[in-house]
Amino acid sequence: MENKEETLSFEEAMNKLESVVEKLEEGDVPLEKAIAMFQEGMELSKQCHNKLQAVEKQMDEIVKDDGEVELTNLQEESSE
Amino acid sequence: MANDQFYSVSSLTKWVKRLIDRDDALQNIWVRAEISNFKKHSRGHMYFTLKDEKSRVQSVMFAGNNRHLTFIPENGMSVLVRGDVSVYEPYGQYQFYVKDMQPDGMGNLFLAYEQLKKKLANQGWFDNEKKRQIPNYPRSIAVVTSRTGAAVRDIVTTLKRRFPQVQITLFPVLVQGEGAAPAIVHAIRQADAMKKFDVMIFGRGGGSIEELWAFNEEAVAEAIYHCSIPTISAVGHETDVTISDFVADLRAPTPTAAAELAVPDTMEVEAKRRYLEQKLFKAVREKVTMEKERLGYLTKSYAFRYPRRLLQQKEEELDRNTERLRKETRRLGEQKRLQYEQLVKQLRAQHPSQQIATAYERLGQVNHLLIHAAGKQKEAYQSRYDQIVSKLDALSPLKVMNRGYSLVYEEKDALVKTVSTVNIGDQVKVRLQDGSFDCQVKDVHHERNSREE
Repeated sequence: MENKEETLSFEEAMNKLESVVEKLEEGDVPLEKAIAMFQEGMELSKQCHNKLQAVEKQMDEIVKDDGEVELTNLQEESSE
Repeated sequence: MANDQFYSVSSLTKWVKRLIDRDDALQNIWVRAEISNFKKHSRGHMYFTLKDEKSRVQSVMFAGNNRHLTFIPENGMSVLVRGDVSVYEPYGQYQFYVKDMQPDGMGNLFLAYEQLKKKLANQGWFDNEKKRQIPNYPRSIAVVTSRTGAAVRDIVTTLKRRFPQVQITLFPVLVQGEGAAPAIVHAIRQADAMKKFDVMIFGRGGGSIEELWAFNEEAVAEAIYHCSIPTISAVGHETDVTISDFVADLRAPTPTAAAELAVPDTMEVEAKRRYLEQKLFKAVREKVTMEKERLGYLTKSYAFRYPRRLLQQKEEELDRNTERLRKETRRLGEQKRLQYEQLVKQLRAQHPSQQIATAYERLGQVNHLLIHAAGKQKEAYQSRYDQIVSKLDALSPLKVMNRGYSLVYEEKDALVKTVSTVNIGDQVKVRLQDGSFDCQVKDVHHERNSREE
């Protein structure tokens, strides 16, 4: 799962979540598969939620002419 | 022109107007001039004079053309106007019909802008088919703009408010003046080369045409066009349209709008995610409930609860079927018997007794007829016989014998009718009326007149 989280983009996760819900709602999924799909869906939902909520105080970057990267918080910087 | 032929004023004017209208060199031309006698009619048309130190020409800019002007023309203002020359017939006066107007001062810039716009449009750089889709949930965004100023602040604030998890990388550039264009080109290429951005926003806040000019440079347009990242332009205000805006994949009217177009609103996305999650729960709950119901239904089913009854039922069924078999067999036998009887009846009906009876009857009739006929015949014979008898009686020798005649018989009882049949010595019998007596022939005498001779 950890691995998946790494490789799946938020957009992919949302799309997948949507298609899982759609398939489940169609209703002709066998029970075992439905449960597996539900688990997958919940996992995807969790991933999306984490990605949305975990604002990991991701640092913004400033790339200079020479390509040198400087980490900063652009919002704080600009509100000064 | 013949001497005796005079033009009317109006036909002269018409002639001149036609000459002017036909001349391509007088259509769609740019003129640099100063405005005077400016008047805006209530219906929206603008009337004014274009002049320089030595000359003047009456001009009109109709409402349809002046609606898009980004400034209000004033008397004394130096302007660049584009339009056509024509003649206003009622006054016999030539006029300039303005289609486009720009404040002068950057006249060369405007021409350059128009030319570049035309050139790139012809190259297909503005074509809609070339526009790339901006990803729905970008992870990393490159922002090419000035490090200071409203634009970067608006972009960063909006991005963080809507989609805090996005990583923003600023490429600080000069956005106006000498060196702005090369800096922007350099930043765009640098960002592109880093291959980690999903979207690029470039731009600056509002300003004069000169201030925005870097975004009208061909080099910048080229860098944007060749950039592999989807681009959003955010140059100036809504009314400022630069070449870069045309080349970018998406044009935002302002920097804030660019940020809004670049990322979704987390709240909305989260709401959607929650909605999907709820649907997920609901779908599975429904599925489980449904299966439970099915299971319950099956468990409660008759067969499940009373397997013995099921057997009993089968027993009953067997009995019923056996009974049916018997009944059917019997019925079939009965049917066959009836068929047989019917056939016998039919056969009997074919029996010849009737014919026999008929034959008997006929026989009786014939018999009767026969008897009748025989009786008749007998009667006839009888009467004939009686007749004959009476006749006979009449002829009877006995009667004759009554008169004394007698009959002579030989020994063999044969009547002797001639003497030739008797010999001397023969015994003969003589019969009389009332008896007979035997005699012996003593002599025979022939008489000549015998009938036999």
